[in-house]
Amino acid sequence: MKLLEEIKRRKLFFDGGMGSLLQAQGLGAGELPETWNLLYPDRIKEIHRQYLSVGCDIVITNTFGANRLKYPAGGAFSLKEIIKAAVNNAREAVKEEGHGWVALDLGPTGKLLKPLGDLDFDHACDIYKEVVETGCEAGADLILVETMSDGYEAKAAVLAAKENSRLPVFATMIFDEKGKLLTGGNVESAVAMLEGLGVDALGVNCGLGPVQMKGIAERLLELASVPVIVNPNAGLPRSQDGRTVYDIDEEQFGAVMEEMADMGVHVLGGCCGTTPKHIKRLVNLCRDKQQIPPTEKNRTVISSYTHAVVIDRDPVIIGERINPTGKSKFKQALKNHDLEYILQEGVTQQDHGAHVLDVNVGLPGIHETQMMEDVVKELQSVIDLPLQIDTSDTKAMERAMRIYNGKPLINSVNGKKESMEAVFPLVKRYGGVVVALALDENGIPGTAEGRLAIAEKIYKKAEEYGIKPKDILIDALCLTVSSDSRGALTTLKTLRAVRDRLQGKTILGVSNISFGLPQREIINAAFFTMALREGLNAAIINPNSKAMMQAFYSFRALSDLDPQCRDYIELYGSQPPLSQGAAGPGETGASDVKPAPGGPFLGRQWKGGSGQSPLGLGDCIRKGLREGAHEAVKTLLAEREALDIINNEMIPALDDVGKGFEKGTVFLPQLLMSAEAAKAAFQVIKDSMADSGKGQEKKGTIILATVKGDIHDIGKNIVKVLLENYGYEVLDLGKDVAPEIIVEAAVENKVPLVGLSALMTTTVPSMEETIVRLRQEAPWVKIMVGGAVLTEEYARTIGADQYCRDAMASVNYAEGVLVRRELGI
Amino acid sequence: MNLKETLRYLGYKGQQGDEQTIGLVQECWQELEKTAVRRCCFREFPLKHLPDYQLDLGCFSVQSKSLWKNLEGCCQVLIFAATLGAQADMLIRRYSRLQMSKAVVMQAAAAAMLEDYCDEKNREWKAWYRERGLYLRPRFSPGYGDFPLECQPALLKGLEAGKRLGIVLTDTFLMTPSKSVTAVIGVSCQDRQCLVKGCEACGKRDCEYRRETV
Repeated sequence: MKLLEEIKRRKLFFDGGMGSLLQAQGLGAGELPETWNLLYPDRIKEIHRQYLSVGCDIVITNTFGANRLKYPAGGAFSLKEIIKAAVNNAREAVKEEGHGWVALDLGPTGKLLKPLGDLDFDHACDIYKEVVETGCEAGADLILVETMSDGYEAKAAVLAAKENSRLPVFATMIFDEKGKLLTGGNVESAVAMLEGLGVDALGVNCGLGPVQMKGIAERLLELASVPVIVNPNAGLPRSQDGRTVYDIDEEQFGAVMEEMADMGVHVLGGCCGTTPKHIKRLVNLCRDKQQIPPTEKNRTVISSYTHAVVIDRDPVIIGERINPTGKSKFKQALKNHDLEYILQEGVTQQDHGAHVLDVNVGLPGIHETQMMEDVVKELQSVIDLPLQIDTSDTKAMERAMRIYNGKPLINSVNGKKESMEAVFPLVKRYGGVVVALALDENGIPGTAEGRLAIAEKIYKKAEEYGIKPKDILIDALCLTVSSDSRGALTTLKTLRAVRDRLQGKTILGVSNISFGLPQREIINAAFFTMALREGLNAAIINPNSKAMMQAFYSFRALSDLDPQCRDYIELYGSQPPLSQGAAGPGETGASDVKPAPGGPFLGRQWKGGSGQSPLGLGDCIRKGLREGAHEAVKTLLAEREALDIINNEMIPALDDVGKGFEKGTVFLPQLLMSAEAAKAAFQVIKDSMADSGKGQEKKGTIILATVKGDIHDIGKNIVKVLLENYGYEVLDLGKDVAPEIIVEAAVENKVPLVGLSALMTTTVPSMEETIVRLRQEAPWVKIMVGGAVLTEEYARTIGADQYCRDAMASVNYAEGVLVRRELGI
Repeated sequence: MNLKETLRYLGYKGQQGDEQTIGLVQECWQELEKTAVRRCCFREFPLKHLPDYQLDLGCFSVQSKSLWKNLEGCCQVLIFAATLGAQADMLIRRYSRLQMSKAVVMQAAAAAMLEDYCDEKNREWKAWYRERGLYLRPRFSPGYGDFPLECQPALLKGLEAGKRLGIVLTDTFLMTPSKSVTAVIGVSCQDRQCLVKGCEACGKRDCEYRRETV
């Protein structure tokens, strides 16, 4: 690998802008620049040559937008031909100039990935795969993933590059002045993910000029253990007579680039607006500067799509609640594919201070790979915490690691040969920090020495796969102290030894220690403090437990990890003195730290006992008071039958609100707040009925979907909330749903009613197509439609049974359809 | 916080909000102000009025009577895009899963915030051009009147909005992130009093959310 050797020895230089040079040669505004590889190969080659002749080392192929979305099969130009020509043009220039490498350019797809956009992650991987395969065949020397403003899309491109070639892969992202990606993310999270994926160099390009990039370069150098690339624009853009001009000349450009070279940036070049003149100046100033190869930063770090979490001295809390073990409701939620329940578990833990969420969805009888994928996708689209993928099924593990938006924690590997051989290749491929249990074929060693020996074995084996110790967390293992009174001490000793003798990082599932004992939290919290004292870096605990989090925040305050006790005071400063109750038995349990019913627990403070309401259930629902309704129904249940409460308190209140909405005296937020209050009350009733063995009857199932091509689902979600309130089972197919999926679900579930939503005129045709197919294959189905552009007449034209102008109208229609069906009319 | 416009997007038609709703509106604005990342960019393009209501706007051509009229007397245009970023969409999405009442308020608050932001930027530019003896017309977006959404790809490309703002289109020409705006702003040498802007410029007079013009 000559390039990767060379980069250690001297500064390397990328070329500069391509687009502006092509425009100067007559590329029209509507013309696709990549077509010029075929139409005017000499002009492209000439640009490459100009760059090489001023001392540029790496020329970037003219393939920024070359992908099948822009060059579909059967179009005027063949994508493969374009890519081949692009690589050839660069290759010939290199040959003629006698030096240089050819970087196959992978730019963004031009689409936003799901869930915010309409491009599927796997599809994005496929799109890049095609470009990579063709470009490698044509003779590229390396692959450059560039101008990425979305970490998830960058992941798709890097994966495709690594999986379909053996070439070096460089990746540069587009950050704003504050070091943020357009889609969230920051320098730290991007570095974590890209290094996890195994890129050979990484950095920043486009968006900013060199002046604005200095801070970002500094941060990159601080964090990255691989060479850093900086390819800025020629300053900031400004429009002049329909053309974009940049605000600094080659002199200034060179001067700032020189500063960055001195800071230690390893590879330098230009982006939009830069020309061979800029690169010439840059090369002249920096060519002879000493190249200092990057040092290993030894940071143990994971990331979500928004931020990185460093696992070091300041301990990290991993929420353990997304796990069906011993939780019958959770098991039921998994069986029912009730993602909302799982999401709620995640949000509650986040609100209670978790930094990472463990995700375990293993349950006999469910397809774990699919469930893991669904849950990870759902969690990472709503909650911004990094996830710990917890499974013993390597298929599920791989799938989750692949679609995960960031660098995950992985739970777990152990010292058994089989386990290491299954898990390490995945860690190498997708990146991640992996939990390593200190046990092997011979079981769990009874001594710290024994566990340490296994830890060393694991480190060694990992190294064979190219996985560094920083990406391993040794699980010192704790067994219940009730069966072995020395067990806790062994664990603590192991923690200290991993830290001091192996300079490793540790993790523990803390709660195991108290298994079989009464008042488990008392022991758990004490053990937790002891473990933290021995250097525990990450703890898998229940963050909803007051005692555990008290131990955590106290430890931080006492260990110089919480300057001026700021976090501690923020959390506990406004709470009543402890002596008022927490000392008594049973008062310290997790049970008194309940999140608000039926909704998220906002803010990080514990809000307990504020649910008392002087209002009756009906009024709570009318006013949309969720906590009030929750408390009121509990009081009522002590005296009255569930059915009586539903029929004589809740339904009349909901009807009042619904009628008010129709009359225009109650507005949408109020309607929904009432619905949420009712939902919280229903939940209490449902739980009490389940406890007494009675099930709740559903009125029937209704399918809801936002049609293909439409990604606005707020209207559909409103309708869903109300229909559920009125006792219907809603099968929510989501947004951007293809007609065949809707038809299939309607046939399979024999539903009487389908609700379709579309926001824009451009997606109504897809609604019409769905209706046509439903009429053919599920002729019994009634179809109601709604959405901003629809009208009564429009709905009739496309063949719907009913136009619903708002959510209440769909409830009214549903009531009609399902009642008629019951009566056989 | 722009309570009035947020309530209008929620369909209040000038009526007062109740205490609970106003509380939600406040929460949503606070969260948006903390999370949403406002960005915008514009570029100048030459403008040619052609027969049959055809317009050449430098980065695209279009036939549109309403835009043609809006740009009468203009010599060039600003093409403009603004967004609250993916972060605003994530917030709306989060509450769509957790608390629908807050999701609808969040979506209305985001729409109001984006409009305010566009107004603010337009005022700045207006002042800048005024100093140079030029006048800006009210902004006019694809989708208003007969100005077709099909212009969006060329318009966004002309702005390089993908890499500069992160705005890209779905196959059906919807912008992502969803809280994004594109518009054409006429630049003229003559001052022309014009009250019609934004919402009022739209031909859909029976719209539920139409702003009351004074």
